[in-house]
Amino acid sequence: MEGRKLRDMFGSASKPGTEAEEGRNTMSQAGPVTETSSQSRGAAAAARRAKTLEAKEVNLYYGDFHAVEDVSMTIEPNKVTALIGSSGCGKTTFLRSLNRMHELTPGASVKGSIQLDGEDVYSAGVDPVAVRRLVGMVFQQPNPFPTMSIYDNVAAGLDFNAGKIRKADKDEIVERSLRGAHLWDEVKDRLGRPGSGLSGGQQQRLCIARATAVSPEVLLMDEPCSALDPVATLAIEDLIGELKKEYTIAIVTHNMQQAARASDNTAFFNLDESGKPGHLVEIGATEDIFTKPKQKETEDYVSGRFG
Amino acid sequence: MTPPPADAAALSTGSTRALLAGEGSHGGTLPGWAPWAAFVGALAVCGLLETALGWFTIALMLVFGALVAILAIYAWSRPVEGARRAKDRAVTMAIVAAFGVSMAPLISLLYEVIKRGAHGISWEFFTSDSRGVVGGGGAEHAIVGTLVITACAVAISVPIGIMAAIYMNEYGRGPLRRALTFFVDVMTGIPSIVAGLFAYALFELFFGPGIRMGIMGSIALSVLMIPIVIRSAEEVLKIVPQHLREASYALGTPKWKTIVKVVLPTAFAGLVTGVMIATARIIGETAPLLVTTGVVDSLNANPFQGRMQNLAVYAYNEYRSPGVMKQASYDRAWAAALTLIAIVMILNVIARLVYRRYKTEIR
Repeated sequence: MEGRKLRDMFGSASKPGTEAEEGRNTMSQAGPVTETSSQSRGAAAAARRAKTLEAKEVNLYYGDFHAVEDVSMTIEPNKVTALIGSSGCGKTTFLRSLNRMHELTPGASVKGSIQLDGEDVYSAGVDPVAVRRLVGMVFQQPNPFPTMSIYDNVAAGLDFNAGKIRKADKDEIVERSLRGAHLWDEVKDRLGRPGSGLSGGQQQRLCIARATAVSPEVLLMDEPCSALDPVATLAIEDLIGELKKEYTIAIVTHNMQQAARASDNTAFFNLDESGKPGHLVEIGATEDIFTKPKQKETEDYVSGRFG
Repeated sequence: MTPPPADAAALSTGSTRALLAGEGSHGGTLPGWAPWAAFVGALAVCGLLETALGWFTIALMLVFGALVAILAIYAWSRPVEGARRAKDRAVTMAIVAAFGVSMAPLISLLYEVIKRGAHGISWEFFTSDSRGVVGGGGAEHAIVGTLVITACAVAISVPIGIMAAIYMNEYGRGPLRRALTFFVDVMTGIPSIVAGLFAYALFELFFGPGIRMGIMGSIALSVLMIPIVIRSAEEVLKIVPQHLREASYALGTPKWKTIVKVVLPTAFAGLVTGVMIATARIIGETAPLLVTTGVVDSLNANPFQGRMQNLAVYAYNEYRSPGVMKQASYDRAWAAALTLIAIVMILNVIARLVYRRYKTEIR
């Protein structure tokens, strides 16, 4: 049932020519849904069930270079899944394949399947643009649009893709997203100022607000705190804990304390040697990975005895 | 509690000072006016020498003066400040001299055009054409013609040029893209008269021989302007960071919308500057307009019918075939040149204002 709805959403956006109109329809459908979820947000926040992402034997390539080999894992709904591992082992590449950003790199290709609630996002007839509407992303470097104000940055996804939308509705979504990103109180008096004038941590929270404003199902975060100081990092980690009530979250991190603090599940990636493809060593509850990992490799890595 | 020997302390501070002063230094510093003194002194010496030899010219004095000044400041600094700082002073002097040499023709040209053109500037010059006048008249028709022809050329070139740049930067891949880059580079080297003949030949096919129209000139100028616009727009689009495009894609934005809503606004200031520079480059073209828009004495603001005058051809024509009052014609030619330079300057000022207003901090 839900899978069929998902297919309809993919299909509708992939039809050329009627895009603006369809976008409006999707929006008017999405309107009441977000209304109810925002009400439930206050009362029983965990009521919303986000979607599950499941990777099956995913192999990723840059041209001839085999970057990631045979990854199968499940990213569970309303949980934070941390991807850890040394540099160059394909965590970020894998993360980018989840919302079809990987294929934007010239020469990049994908084998295997990635399923969003049972629907393969790589099957024919699926529009990558529609996938990215459901699976949002926050990047390593905070990247607010430099030409836009704080308000416009948050509303960007709506302005670009939702067709006509009432000013009052937009105001409400912007405020809700900024509150959700714990940024509202800091910026509510200067919404018209440029987003690039904020501090790094504020910019990253602005980017999170921008990503959540379009109501995705899944949020992917690629080392969201690596450019931030410890205070800003803590603020973002708190925020991630809040966000998982509504979203499925996958986060790439180099910081093992962060993985231990902020995630429910942890997946450890590794590569045998430089030039070989990265692979998934093991995935499990974060507590288990850090205290009683099944693989020796994992134990070496999490205890810092690696390499 | 015996204090260290006094001479040892002096020795150690002395050697630290020597270390801080740098290798080969004798601890001295030339006064702040030293480079000026070296330059003026060198000019004076060269001037006197040339006068004595009977070769005196200002240009020769400046060129030799600069060379002598470089040697002089080195020779002066070396014993006082040491080898490294002496070299630094010599190179600084050389760079400033090179800048001066590159500015000299520009200043000389501006000075000459203003001096000679100011005579011809009058109310009449801007408000009347030269239809049926003997000795008097103005360049209104040429000014209007220049503005109309250039505006049409910009209207043709900017959409084509920017869209081509978007294709080359955002969509083009592989051999087709490389071929396009190559041909755009070749196009920047087309002699302007060839562009004029191309436009003429094109219109002759449809309208028969002897056809002259303002729009033909615009098309000829477009041939020259499009590659410049493409090149500058491409450079500007290239520096829009990839992570902004990705941020937009991650919101579920299609590629074309990402370009329209994110890439172009981010690059806006640079695009405008590029267009202004390209406009300044073509606004003074003479040869292609001579064969496409022709020479005419009366005002014509319709680019689709009849001949059209423009400032460059006007200046050329006033000089080549002056009327009975030769000097007045020459004055008007210089005044036309001055007007053209003023238009280009105004365009540049506008470009700078736009750039300052809309430039975005790109990381």
